[in-house]
Amino acid sequence: MNIVENFDLFAPRLINKQELLSSGHRACSGCAEVLAVRLMAKALGENTVIASATGCMEIVSSMFPTTAWQVPWVHVAFENAASVASGIEAGLKALRKKGKIDDRYIKVVGMGGDGATMDIGFQALSGAMERGHDMIYVCFDNEAYMNTGIQRSSGTPMGASTTTAPAGKVSMGQKTWKKNMPEIMVAHEIPYVATVCPSYPLDFIRKMEKAKSIKGPSYIHCFSVCPTGWRAPSQTAVSMGRMAVETGVFPLFEVENGHYRVSPDMPKKLKPIRDYFKPQGRFRHLTNEEIDPIQERVTIEYKKLMEKAKFL
Amino acid sequence: MGKRVGMEVAVAVAEAVGLCNIDMAAVYPITPQSHIAEHLSDLVADGKIDAEFVTVESEHSAMSAVIGASGTGARSYTATSSQGLMYMHELLPIASAMRLPITMAIANRAVSGPLNILNDHSDIMPQRDSGWISIFVENGQEAIDMSIIAFKIAEHKDVMLPVNINIDGFQLTHMVEPFEMPTQEEVNQFLPPFIPHATLHPARPVTMGAFAMSDYFTEIMKAKDEAIKNSKKVILKVWDEWGRLFGRNYKPVETYKTDDADILLLTMGSMGETAQMAIDELRVKGTKAGLVKLRLWRPFPFDELKAVVKNTKKLIVTDRAVSFGGPGGPVFSEIKSALYAETQRPLIYNYIYGLGGRDVTVKDFTGMFEKVLADTGNQAADTYEFWGVRE
Repeated sequence: MNIVENFDLFAPRLINKQELLSSGHRACSGCAEVLAVRLMAKALGENTVIASATGCMEIVSSMFPTTAWQVPWVHVAFENAASVASGIEAGLKALRKKGKIDDRYIKVVGMGGDGATMDIGFQALSGAMERGHDMIYVCFDNEAYMNTGIQRSSGTPMGASTTTAPAGKVSMGQKTWKKNMPEIMVAHEIPYVATVCPSYPLDFIRKMEKAKSIKGPSYIHCFSVCPTGWRAPSQTAVSMGRMAVETGVFPLFEVENGHYRVSPDMPKKLKPIRDYFKPQGRFRHLTNEEIDPIQERVTIEYKKLMEKAKFL
Repeated sequence: MGKRVGMEVAVAVAEAVGLCNIDMAAVYPITPQSHIAEHLSDLVADGKIDAEFVTVESEHSAMSAVIGASGTGARSYTATSSQGLMYMHELLPIASAMRLPITMAIANRAVSGPLNILNDHSDIMPQRDSGWISIFVENGQEAIDMSIIAFKIAEHKDVMLPVNINIDGFQLTHMVEPFEMPTQEEVNQFLPPFIPHATLHPARPVTMGAFAMSDYFTEIMKAKDEAIKNSKKVILKVWDEWGRLFGRNYKPVETYKTDDADILLLTMGSMGETAQMAIDELRVKGTKAGLVKLRLWRPFPFDELKAVVKNTKKLIVTDRAVSFGGPGGPVFSEIKSALYAETQRPLIYNYIYGLGGRDVTVKDFTGMFEKVLADTGNQAADTYEFWGVRE
């Protein structure tokens, strides 16, 4: 905690000063996702090639004829960031082997939102991870299709009101539990899976660097607060990310070769999820009776995670 | 000079691609393309090709992966068919807009439904406006030659567009034919290394596939149209060069006994050879029949076509796909529109035939001629008919 509060003092040693996602992009004010993307680029450095899915981060950063990207970056379509990244990895590998490009090590990254990752791009991601490409895939999860106007995805949490699963007289909004994407990636038995949140920048950077050091596929699931879509004040993006972690709604952990490790940033005792729900318009309609089973599920899921972390 | 060999065409296509020093291939299995994928992976497994072979989980990812690889400057190849091509559809205009010189073999097969694995052209026709150079081949030799030539056309600095080579499924892909396989030295001499303009490499970071709204979109579309139109010059030049080196000459519109013909037949793909036999039969009987084979589908060879059909009275256009509720087969409507402004043009008849692998014989072609010649009142001109349909 103290380290983050004294960030300026420690930053020069802890973080790459080079800006690889420059300012002037068109993200909403208070967007935690663009903050996360910037941190990702800093952590991975300039020898990185990024394939992005269609989505907020794509449209805000690449408005022709301008670009916010200082690293090679490509966008092709919505559902194929992982397969484009796998092609880039294969292409660079072949060219390096034949001496057609210099022999520097380049990390290839696929990135997409929750819809691009968990819904429409699910198959492409599964294929790329299974094939074992030397790449990182990062899911920037803001829990709905924000770019198209806050429609529900399989990443939308139970009870959230979205434009296609709205709260109404006979509906509490989202009626399904959030798809557990990190666990699905763990089931692919890839070398490294981690959850991150830009509200914890040092944990974020450490995990990105870890993923970069691994020769093989890794998956990072990034919790990306979207004040616009969550109907919350824009200055709350960082604190809301912290609330999600402190309540256990989004626990920070990593799984290296099947071994779970819960981040030291996790509190000893979880806060009640009501504290996290309260500032968000998307949960405002929920009654206590509706929140209770969600609380119960969060508690159980967190216990399960802690159990897994016992096996080293 | 390469030696004469007998081989299955799909296998030979993979052998030819193997001579092209490709860096990467991503292919997903689908009948009748699979033998290309299988033999390519054999060549990689035996170390005969030094390339990354990515066994993707779908055709959508096959096209996505070759787009990514081509973006790095790697010479990238894929092959597909029918449903696979339909699945790639979304990405085809993106590949051409990004000016990536990908080459792709299409083992043409009917599109479902009902499900059918046999040959027609219903898979490539919906891809017409994707901005790809599109070539149809008639036999195994052409399939081999075009597989090599395609890289040189695609990667030419004045082109930089993807190319698809249409090889009729089964009717060509699964035939064992004799042909001349160029040697590695000959291909090396013909095909220079690919020198990309910009690549996805940190040495010179670029943004590819940017987002463009109404202020730039029209200009980008016009640029793509200009690029594919201009590619014809390069296509002709490269075909000329191939002719000089290998003695096999290719033209956008091929003709057979058309000089004095009163009535012409137009085909695309493998049907050309059968149709040629029909022309010979008709000539013996005294009918002044001729054959036009359309090799280049995009960019469409307007001038060459106009010159060839100018002096004929009747033109039979054959189609192996249907434009449901439209003006006739896709080739028919294309030819009609190409000739619309001509003061001197033939009456045009359209037969839709050979769908879903329906056998087509010499007799079918002579039958079409007889039917058109019998239409003395020109009643059936400008209409289309499903040839040989049971009603």
